[in-house]
Amino acid sequence: MMQWLNPANIGLAVRTKLADLGYAARLFVRLLGLLGTTLRRPHLLTEQIFFLGNYSLAIIMVSGLFVGFVLGLQGYYILQRYGSSEALGLMVALSLVRELGPVVAALLFAGRAGTALTAGIGLMKAGEQLAAMEMMGVDPVARVLAPRFWGGVIAMPLLAAVFSAVGIMGGWLVGVVMIGVDPGAFWSQMQGGVEVFADVGNGMLKSLVFGLTVTFVALLQGHECQPTPEGVSLATTRTVVMASLAVLGLDFVLTAMMFSI
Amino acid sequence: MSPSAPVPSDAPGDASRPFIELRSVTCGYGQRVILEDISLSVPRGKVVALMGTSGGGKTTVLRLIGRQILPMKGQVLIDGQDMAALDAEGLMAMRRRMGMLFQQGALFTDLTVFENVAFPLREHTKLPEAILRDLVLMKLNAVGLRGARDLMPSQISGGMARRVALARAMALDPELMLYDEPFAGLDPISMGVAARLIRELNDTMGLTTVIVSHDVHETFVIADHVVLVANGRIVAQGTPAEMSASSDPLVKQFVHAEPDGPVRFHHPATDAGHDFGVRG
Repeated sequence: MMQWLNPANIGLAVRTKLADLGYAARLFVRLLGLLGTTLRRPHLLTEQIFFLGNYSLAIIMVSGLFVGFVLGLQGYYILQRYGSSEALGLMVALSLVRELGPVVAALLFAGRAGTALTAGIGLMKAGEQLAAMEMMGVDPVARVLAPRFWGGVIAMPLLAAVFSAVGIMGGWLVGVVMIGVDPGAFWSQMQGGVEVFADVGNGMLKSLVFGLTVTFVALLQGHECQPTPEGVSLATTRTVVMASLAVLGLDFVLTAMMFSI
Repeated sequence: MSPSAPVPSDAPGDASRPFIELRSVTCGYGQRVILEDISLSVPRGKVVALMGTSGGGKTTVLRLIGRQILPMKGQVLIDGQDMAALDAEGLMAMRRRMGMLFQQGALFTDLTVFENVAFPLREHTKLPEAILRDLVLMKLNAVGLRGARDLMPSQISGGMARRVALARAMALDPELMLYDEPFAGLDPISMGVAARLIRELNDTMGLTTVIVSHDVHETFVIADHVVLVANGRIVAQGTPAEMSASSDPLVKQFVHAEPDGPVRFHHPATDAGHDFGVRG
């Protein structure tokens, strides 16, 4: 009992964690540095953007639509109390573009694409495919990880933009078509109130950071997992937990920074 | 295909140096030592088999040769070059001279049979598509699978996957072939096919071959020299004929598949009387 209180065990745990962190940081820097190499082989990159982006499109669009519906309903409920229900378009658009678009899309991306990345890399490791690649004189980090990483980083902001656009359509359907908010007010308030850099730009920046985070966490978990079926399934679970927590934590930090500027 | 004369690596008058040399290598993972003070040399052009019980450290020798792990002590020399001293580029260049067949084939599951074999060529050469196609089909033809080019790895049997992997390992015309358990899990026909291919490729392409296996029958047929590894040490070596005739108890137990001997049937345990409560 209380084994972990033993100084030697604490020391070992700290050293192991530090080594893991150092390894992760080095891998992250390497992946960033491999942008040029990745761009020189565009078909590997487009393949991954297609795989990560297109296959996430359905879940992103359906979720975006429903989030838009709910925003339309809840927004109308709140705004009509103050007699400003024609500001519904602005409210829906700002909520989506600044916050819900990047965050919810990133959470869904972690669940849909992140798990696929972790499982894919983990299975390649378990099947000795990565070792086989190394033995052929091909660096798996450059050939396998880097295109996936940059594919994810590029796909994420696009998916967040699609999420927001579909969400606004959902808000319009509920607010204008169902409840009967004036369509002219709905669109013109949105057009007048949403800033390109302050709102859309910040949202894009967020989704870019989330894309880096989720994709990196997924790849790291896949690359570091135990090469067994249990190891791969555990790594997949860890990807969702860690990526989701990282997205929500970073969202707070980024939002706070954006308000302070 | 009876084995040739013994091949002592330091035979007098043998001018050519061994292709692979392990000089008193100790290695392991973390704190655990897997191989202790192993010295081994593999002459050019020969088929050398590393045999032994599962978990005895045979595969670790292959991993050392490919520098997938570094030795804790000692040196691994390939064609006279110290593997530990190579930089990243030198290592990649050295690995291009080796082909390795992994236990389950390790085919890329998202690529077709054709693309799997084409993979090393696409990565390391800029051959025109027509030449690449011909090369890949020639390699596939050599393993009898030209007709399976469009199949995915999930659509072929284990024995076929191993042969595709062999074609892929041969794609860059290596000088050294490493086989990790090439016979494990194969039916008798596939096993015979694999054994014949390994020997033929070695002889026709002028390769040097290292096989890790515990399949005595198939391995003894094709190997020139057999090295028996147990408990992290080399316990015996010689030609298959010498090994078969050996009176060493461990070699005898291994070659004749006896259940008990120097390699114990029982995992180390406390006194049985104590466990069953019949203390006398």
